[in-house]
Amino acid sequence: MQDAILAMLAKEPSHGYDLGLRLRRALGPLGGSMNAGQVYVTLARLEKAGLVVQEKGDRPDRKVYALTQAGQERVAAWLTEVSRPKPDLVEFHLKLAAASASRLADPVELVGAQRRELMRRLHETQRAILAEPDGSTGGLLLEGVALRLQADLRWLEACERVWSKVEKESE
Amino acid sequence: MNVLQVRGLAKRHGQKQSLVRAVDGVDLDVPAGQTLAVMGPSGCGKSTLLHLLGGLERPSDGEVWLAGERIDTASERALARLRRRSVGFVFQAFHLVEELSAAENVELPVLLAGSSPRQARRRARLLLEQVGLADRARHLPWKLSGGERQRVAVARALANEPLVVLADEPTGNLDTAATNEVLRLFAHLRAEGQTLVMVTHDGRVAATADRLISMRDGMFVEDTWLAS
Repeated sequence: MQDAILAMLAKEPSHGYDLGLRLRRALGPLGGSMNAGQVYVTLARLEKAGLVVQEKGDRPDRKVYALTQAGQERVAAWLTEVSRPKPDLVEFHLKLAAASASRLADPVELVGAQRRELMRRLHETQRAILAEPDGSTGGLLLEGVALRLQADLRWLEACERVWSKVEKESE
Repeated sequence: MNVLQVRGLAKRHGQKQSLVRAVDGVDLDVPAGQTLAVMGPSGCGKSTLLHLLGGLERPSDGEVWLAGERIDTASERALARLRRRSVGFVFQAFHLVEELSAAENVELPVLLAGSSPRQARRRARLLLEQVGLADRARHLPWKLSGGERQRVAVARALANEPLVVLADEPTGNLDTAATNEVLRLFAHLRAEGQTLVMVTHDGRVAATADRLISMRDGMFVEDTWLAS
């Protein structure tokens, strides 16, 4: 959540209420479970850590937050870091949304980097499976690992399809 | 040394509105001993690519070099010889001769390459042993399981010690256990230094290779080294 909020601020300074809305929109139906207070608590923490600062907004009763230099560096690092050992779905989803909104990274390229990482892991898993005799219990665990990697790879295919369409339309 | 070298390779079918660019300008170097998987959805041109690499089809444009010899401009006779001796094909549907035993299927290309029946028998026995089917030598293909049939087909592809084995969806007709049989055999070939190019739409099969190329609409979109 911290990283997602930072990435959303990379596009432009906003107040907490707007950030909450955007986060909820990015999460889709899953956003309903998000507590509005969480955004403010997170912003306070980020401010303490020196990653965001308050700016004067158009209305005195609303605090506008902006990224500091350290905050910007943190966003850039987060966007291009490949999740190991496997991506957290929600985090990766928010990362793609934030990359697209902030124009700091190409979501399709982030998907590609993640896919290469997963294929390397699938390579290792498959080689290990082939080294096991058929029907062994050790092989069974590896089979589970391979099936999960395959599911993640399929999801990345869907991500690539949708985000390449979004990016094409926004060009 | 590169076993395969491809420059600006293209294959077009049809004309004008119905023009299909099955392979649309690809470059490729495959060094000796490499196992390469080309992955993509059906219709991306990966099978056509494999046919061009093995001299089964001629390209519309570009060059294919096999062990330093240019094959896209070779004569029909030279191509036929090349397909018999330098390239081993493995197909999704096995393509075994149903009237011949497993051993006879493997002997056939050895005989066609000009060896004596005795040499052919000896070679077939050795290869069937290598693919773990020595005890199935006299069986007709229909008496074998899918995985066994494909292993016979791999033995046949190896009959004349090809420079490269080209496999087109080699596990497309197989269940998980039979797929692993064939992949274990490929792993064994890799360990022996056999150059192998396979095309597949199956990520798990592709992941067993050293190197993975993703293909879309006749072009390479990604070239990833998988082996650590």
